[in-house]
Amino acid sequence: MPLPTKDILGILADNLNQRKSVLPMSAAATTRWAKGLDLPKGGKTILYTGHMYQLIPIIDAMATQMSKLEDSSITKLFGLGRNVNKLVNMTFFMGLMASKAEQKDYDRMLRNIAGLLKKANVDFGYLYGEELYSGALVYDEGIDGAFAKHAQRVCDLFKKHGVSKVITVDPHTTHTLRTAYPQFVEGFDVEVKSYLEVLAESGMEPAAQLGDELALHDSCIYARNENIVEQPRELLGKAGVSLKEPSLCGKNTHCCGGPLESLFPAESHRIAGSRADQLAATKSNVATMCPICLVSLRKAAKGSMQVNDLSDTLARAYGV
Amino acid sequence: MSRVSSKLASAVKCSDEFNADACMHCGVCTAVCPMGYEILPRKLFRYVQVGLEDKVKENISSIYSCLLCGMCAENCPAEVNIADNVRFLRKYINENEFNLS
Ligand code: SF4
Ligand code: SF4
Repeated sequence: MPLPTKDILGILADNLNQRKSVLPMSAAATTRWAKGLDLPKGGKTILYTGHMYQLIPIIDAMATQMSKLEDSSITKLFGLGRNVNKLVNMTFFMGLMASKAEQKDYDRMLRNIAGLLKKANVDFGYLYGEELYSGALVYDEGIDGAFAKHAQRVCDLFKKHGVSKVITVDPHTTHTLRTAYPQFVEGFDVEVKSYLEVLAESGMEPAAQLGDELALHDSCIYARNENIVEQPRELLGKAGVSLKEPSLCGKNTHCCGGPLESLFPAESHRIAGSRADQLAATKSNVATMCPICLVSLRKAAKGSMQVNDLSDTLARAYGV
Repeated sequence: MSRVSSKLASAVKCSDEFNADACMHCGVCTAVCPMGYEILPRKLFRYVQVGLEDKVKENISSIYSCLLCGMCAENCPAEVNIADNVRFLRKYINENEFNLS
């Protein structure tokens, strides 16, 4: 029996309504990456993580549990889970099961991105514990009432801090803020740019020529919805990285399967496996631009190739 | 035998989110879809267009299995906004079957 779609969606919507995130985390977990960076609080331009990188270690811990549940009669308990979840924040307990090493890994990617923006002389602040999740997953699942309320909440937060420009770090948050919010929040006029666009536009120069060979896994959302294809290639090209493109790339990239992880883990892994095979055929290490792509492909690669966040390569190249 | 439902048909008519009028049923979308399900997305749209709500309901898990990856729309000669259509169907099911909004 597949996982109960209705109950899982119910938990996500309840969480967003009650706790302002689909998978609520403590402020300590969402802001830990910024420790010691002395980023100013707030400001006209802010770096907006949308919590995606911070969520992965927790989702990973949950996914391990869920894969055990799929195809077992315990799925019946999900209806019960929804009721329990209304009273107790179940994700909080999953957070306790997340791997510390994995958390450190994903925190480093955010530190890379902040460091790169500093190198490019971009002035930006951060909302720390006040930052909110974007609502991306609830938007994708078509739970529009809960999403509209949440989008308004985020918009009010930006207003409160006088934010006029947001720099995002992942495709899902970029797309949700840039393309979905204007359809749901009247008068939403905050400028939204991915850090890759900001860096490419800055004209920054690399500190080193790397001479690496790398296969870039384009994110579906970046490439097809947000037109972000050339920017990462330009940043890598300048730093002497030669690209080994997989058969499906750019606007015709192949999905990593990650979006199905919470409802249909087995199908998610099947799609990730096909993509991992295409990438493996390049016989190069792989760079991703989205934490969901990263975790899906790393698992599918099963150690046969290195899959890392693009920010690791960029940080090396641009002297962070 | 499948019944034609006026509820789904009128929801589709009233919405500016679901639009598959330009679809010429060439099948390119289904051919490039990484999921490889026969119903995604062309056949599903056909069921919606002709108001076969039973057929749509039988395929709920396929509707939630769409990755919203956009490979179909990228290659669609008629520029149908397929992801928006899938989101619309999810919204319809959430509201009418799952009591979620
Ligand atoms: S590719 Fe476009 S026109 Fe062809 S069947 Fe799919 S939606 Fe219709
Ligand atoms: S958006 Fe959905 S229907 Fe279209 S190609 Fe991707 S998985 Fe298939």
